[in-house]
Amino acid sequence: MTQRGRNALLLTPAGLWLLVMLVLPLLVVFVFSFGERGAAGGYVPAFTLEQYANLPARWTAFKNTLILAPLGTIAALLIAYPLAYFLAVRCAPRWRTSMLILVIVPFWTSILIRSYAWIFILGGRGLPALLETIGINDVRFINTPFAVLVGIVYGYLPLMVFPIFVSLDKLDKRLLEASADLGSTPWRTFRQVTLPLSTPGVATGCMLVFILLMGEFLIPAILGGGKVFFVGNALVDLFLQSRNWAYGSAVAMTLVIIMLITVSIYMKFISRLGGHRDDVSLM
Amino acid sequence: MSVAIQTIAELRGVTKIFGDVVAADSLDLAIGEGEFLSFLGPSGCGKTTALRMLAGFEKPTKGEVLLDGQVVNDLDAHRRPVNMVFQHYALFPHLSVSDNIAYGLRQQRPRIERKIISAKVEQALETVRLGGFGPRRIWEMSGGQQQRVALARAIVNEPKLLLLDEPMAALDRKLRKEMQIELQNLQRQLGITFVLVTHDQEEALSMSDRICVMEGGRIVQVGSPRELYDTPRSRYVAGFVGTSNFFDATVTDASPNHITVQMASGRQLHGTPEIPIDTGQAVCVSIRPEQIALTRAERAAEAALPVTIHNRIFLGEHTEYLARNEALGDFLVLVPRQAELNEGTFNAGEQAFVSWDEGALLILEK
Ligand SMILES: Nc1ncnc2c1ncn2[C@@H]1O[C@H](COP(=O)(O)OP(=O)(O)OP(=O)(O)O)[C@@H](O)[C@H]1O
Ligand SMILES: [Mg+2]
Repeated sequence: MTQRGRNALLLTPAGLWLLVMLVLPLLVVFVFSFGERGAAGGYVPAFTLEQYANLPARWTAFKNTLILAPLGTIAALLIAYPLAYFLAVRCAPRWRTSMLILVIVPFWTSILIRSYAWIFILGGRGLPALLETIGINDVRFINTPFAVLVGIVYGYLPLMVFPIFVSLDKLDKRLLEASADLGSTPWRTFRQVTLPLSTPGVATGCMLVFILLMGEFLIPAILGGGKVFFVGNALVDLFLQSRNWAYGSAVAMTLVIIMLITVSIYMKFISRLGGHRDDVSLM
Repeated sequence: MSVAIQTIAELRGVTKIFGDVVAADSLDLAIGEGEFLSFLGPSGCGKTTALRMLAGFEKPTKGEVLLDGQVVNDLDAHRRPVNMVFQHYALFPHLSVSDNIAYGLRQQRPRIERKIISAKVEQALETVRLGGFGPRRIWEMSGGQQQRVALARAIVNEPKLLLLDEPMAALDRKLRKEMQIELQNLQRQLGITFVLVTHDQEEALSMSDRICVMEGGRIVQVGSPRELYDTPRSRYVAGFVGTSNFFDATVTDASPNHITVQMASGRQLHGTPEIPIDTGQAVCVSIRPEQIALTRAERAAEAALPVTIHNRIFLGEHTEYLARNEALGDFLVLVPRQAELNEGTFNAGEQAFVSWDEGALLILEK
């Protein structure tokens, strides 16, 4: 078999999968987004830009998503980086494996159940009650953007920790000695060697978390209590409740386009930042 | 070393223990300004550990490390006026060749002007013959070129002490030879003190002013290559620095400057001691192959031993013979071309005699 033939064979399963599960549905959504809602819901073929013109009606969902997704990504990064650094650089090797397992332990239970646990923690009888005992009254967490932020950072932290851990673990520790040998203080060594060499992991983690957050709907639904809506929640509502498929498709297409634009800007930025070989490798 | 040379670095009773491994055991050593010193010894003898304590990466368990007369045990690596060329170079993969070399200069406070930095980097690149390679990425450089970048990155800082941990181990033989010569020239040109770690005796012999031979965490002998070759103190040193013939013996007469030893076979030999010797002591005697004369007739009745030739290897300017004496065993003999022309070639199976000057027989610690 020729090289080309073998390459084609390697790509066939994934290619078919993507075609059926991604490209075709996307095409359907694209076509639907120009249609109209039927009398009893669903879709009626048409060609109109009316659905897109109606987008501002869902502005709040877009606003929430576009604020909380980046914010959640940054918060997850700020918490994950020191942890990953500790695990990869400082932690004694014999503890490392157990610590890494602890990071993924939350995945053993469904995010749904864990989010309900957060309802209790952030709810009236949880943290606010605790704060009352030290004299801080009338604090509300549950059903606020803050609760949603806590929920998404909690849920997606492991996805941020792992890529960063991998890139820090791969980092040749002798480079840190070389840097010290050349007169660099520990802080400057971190800034000039450790941080740049871990950008592939940071880039991967941020992209992974950001993309997933843009499509998130479960955590805002549970911890936002119907007050903090994401685009994902709008889609659930439009497709499953009001059965307005045409409008839902227009909202979905808009989200896809926003993601395409942000991710491509982000990739450009990252590859300029590091500029070395295994930059945007997904680990 | 002459007295005038100043000591730039010193180890005083330095011991380093890792868990239950004594990696360095009471090292005492003074390193003179501008000298080229090598640590020589087999794998695991503590060479790297000694070097890392000078660089500041390891703290001695006991003893003192001095730089320029100051105890620096508690001085962090980034504060020491010392630079290191790492065994696998440890070049920064995210920086260009120039930026790697400029790294040390950029850490200095107060800051050095950009123009001065780039001029120094250019000059360092020229010094290691990599002019024009500055904008390149590290992975675009060959192994030998990377080694030069590592060297340039260290020397551009004009350190008081340059530490080199087996810098040539990853290079092929030819390149290694070239780099050895270049490194030696560079050291003379810059006047920086070099401390080299190697387990290659040839490398140590050809490059160093002094060699510090180590074994199992200890320094066993320090001296110029010639001193170590001519007057090794122990069988270990004699075997590590050049090749030799070794025989076990017991001292029967320990007069100063004239020692008589008795071999296992009962034969008595005479020689000079390099170490304090007592009568009755078990020692090792060593005779260098090139100091043995191979003759047909018995020249000196007393010292010459009858041998049978077992093997002959022609090496160009020398011929190497393996000659066997019934009582003592095998002798390796190196006959210079001229001597062989005079005496004629010996064939395998032929009878001959080996003899040597009394001074050639060294009496060493076992
Ligand atoms: N960080 C460490 N932890 C534990 N043991 C160590 C450490 N560093 C070195 N050792 C031990 O100390 C001893 C000396 O090691 P060192 O690296 O100095 O040897 P070396 O002479 O440089 O050997 P090589 O020629 O193989 O590089 C070895 O037994 C080694 O296992
Ligand atoms: Mg070593």
